[in-house]
Amino acid sequence: MTSVVTPQEPAHLTSSLLYLDDVSVSFDGFRAINKLSLSIQPGEMRAIIGPNGAGKSTMMDIITGKTKPDTGDVLFEGTTDLTRLDEAAIAHLGIGRKFQKPTVFENQTVEDNIHLALKSDRTVLKNLFWGISADEQAKIDKILVTIRLAADRDRLAGDLSHGQKQWLEIGMLLAQDPKLLLVDEPAAGMTDAETIETAKLLKEIARDHSVIVVEHDMTFIRDLGVKVTVLHEGSVLAEGPLDVVSADERVIEVYLGR
Amino acid sequence: MLTAKLLADRRGLIFLAILAAAAILVPALNLLTPEGSALHVPTYAMSLMGKYLTYAILALALDLVWGYCGILSLGHGAFFALGGYAMGMYLMRQIGPRGVYGNPVLPDFMVFLNWKELPWYWYGFDWFPFAALMVVAVPGLIAFIFGWFAFRSRVTGVYLSIITQALTYALLLAFFRNDMGFGGNNGLTDFKDILGFNIQSDATRAGLFALTALTLAAAYLIARSVVMSKAGKVLLAVRDAESRVRFLGYRADNYKLFVFTLSAMMAGIAGALYVPQIGIINPSEFAPGNSIEVVIWTAVGGRGTLVGPAIGAILVNFAKTTFTTGALAPYWLFALGGLFVLVTLFLPKGIVGTASDYLARRRAAGAKPEPVAAPTPDPAE
Ligand SMILES: Nc1ncnc2c1ncn2[C@@H]1O[C@H](COP(=O)(O)OP(=O)(O)O)[C@@H](O)[C@H]1O
Ligand SMILES: [Mg+2]
Repeated sequence: MTSVVTPQEPAHLTSSLLYLDDVSVSFDGFRAINKLSLSIQPGEMRAIIGPNGAGKSTMMDIITGKTKPDTGDVLFEGTTDLTRLDEAAIAHLGIGRKFQKPTVFENQTVEDNIHLALKSDRTVLKNLFWGISADEQAKIDKILVTIRLAADRDRLAGDLSHGQKQWLEIGMLLAQDPKLLLVDEPAAGMTDAETIETAKLLKEIARDHSVIVVEHDMTFIRDLGVKVTVLHEGSVLAEGPLDVVSADERVIEVYLGR
Repeated sequence: MLTAKLLADRRGLIFLAILAAAAILVPALNLLTPEGSALHVPTYAMSLMGKYLTYAILALALDLVWGYCGILSLGHGAFFALGGYAMGMYLMRQIGPRGVYGNPVLPDFMVFLNWKELPWYWYGFDWFPFAALMVVAVPGLIAFIFGWFAFRSRVTGVYLSIITQALTYALLLAFFRNDMGFGGNNGLTDFKDILGFNIQSDATRAGLFALTALTLAAAYLIARSVVMSKAGKVLLAVRDAESRVRFLGYRADNYKLFVFTLSAMMAGIAGALYVPQIGIINPSEFAPGNSIEVVIWTAVGGRGTLVGPAIGAILVNFAKTTFTTGALAPYWLFALGGLFVLVTLFLPKGIVGTASDYLARRRAAGAKPEPVAAPTPDPAE
């Protein structure tokens, strides 16, 4: 896939929600991302799999502005060059992210976590006021139900179980109401029941959002039932439906052969 | 909504009530009781308490940045001193021709240095409203410029603490210089009156005490309304997971800049109230050690509680006065260092944080916790 020199396809390019082309980044000489090309269509849910160290999280760092690529283009909605923007600006454009390690605000309540994430004016002065509008409260309530945490709204986020923290973080993503959600290993450390619930939750979310999910867990990916991209040593090894991809010899070698 | 939430803050209400009582009682007991009476509060004691209260404002200001936003400033003494100098300049200009050299415009130290005219940056300080503006504007502006560069270049943690020490040290060296025009080593002193009132008189001292107590109350209310707002929740979030805040689309730098500047202004006001009650401001107020002491007061009282640091400032300074006037004077710094180590090890949430945890545990479980500023659950409010 990567060996193909991508011809310029303007129509295709502008129709993509996210478009990565020939992106590379090195850390101290080590190429974590190597000529990576990828495109996500509006409304699409894509699963990204690949062995540890394949560069999945680093790819998300590049999309969200945490890491600047050495070379290559990262375009959002066909025109916006994400490599020139910082984290906050990219978040404003409508790209939300769930980290591999769940990061919620542990010393604040579940409800306040969602409140902080809720799409709103982010400037200091606008936030010096107290209280919350009925509209905002309704949105918060709805999200709490979606992420199965309505009963836990007044608990401190730090007191939640690992799986609940993952859900809270997904809820915070929803509150941002982004166009594109990047979800890094949502099922890591979850029980089987929680994993199934999480796949259900993501499918619900994908009904009205574009989503990129990174995951190791093959049953989870199977549950999602979406197009899969296999990443290996920083570039795309294979792409397609899970059945096709998992029959690919190179993929089998990467997963089993080492 | 606002009043309802403020009323729910029991700890704060008690604190405010005590301050209001002190603002009335202490001056009354000073002015209205005869000197020999058992109830009489001597003027020196009142000014001493007034000094503690200015330190309490300073500690509260530090808590806002350190306790709530995780910025460990080791330079807050500098903002305090700058506010003090602005007030000192006003007081110097009020001396007028009553100085030793009798120069109607120039302060004595300028005459002594053979200066012929007032430096431009002393203009306007004879007018109280201008001086009062400078009390907040100078520390605020310096904090803003400093924060602009530091936060934008994402200097955090120990590195930030170190450059705040460098800031106060640089100002210390600058203010020591005679040619800076701030009285060099001796600083500004020999004040005569403030707003026309004799600065030595009991009534003026009483007024300054009451004003300080009320200012502490006002500073508390401002700080409390900031930390209870949504912006306050963002500050806590910056403290606990800064990069997460950025990915939510908040400009964490702007929030830090806001709270750092606000805090520096509060520290400036504290310094301005300190100088007329103490009667002198000199470069030693910029000493790096002073700023570190503020951190100790805050830690002892309980960071992230607002009330705690104010109490910590009063208690530690009361202990300092008691210690340093007795035979144990040479050991004060050891005692202070020891106190800091003990608090860090055994009372990491300080006096107020620990006490409110204890109360919370005794109270019935199931009460709705408030967002907590202390590092672990603290649903006591
Ligand atoms: N900031 C960094 N500095 C140095 N090396 C990094 C950094 N981030 C990632 N890497 C390296 O890049 C490779 C890809 O990491 P990562 O994207 O986290 O993999 P994955 O998420 O697919 O498991 C790893 O070898 C990792 O050690
Ligand atoms: Mg990863």
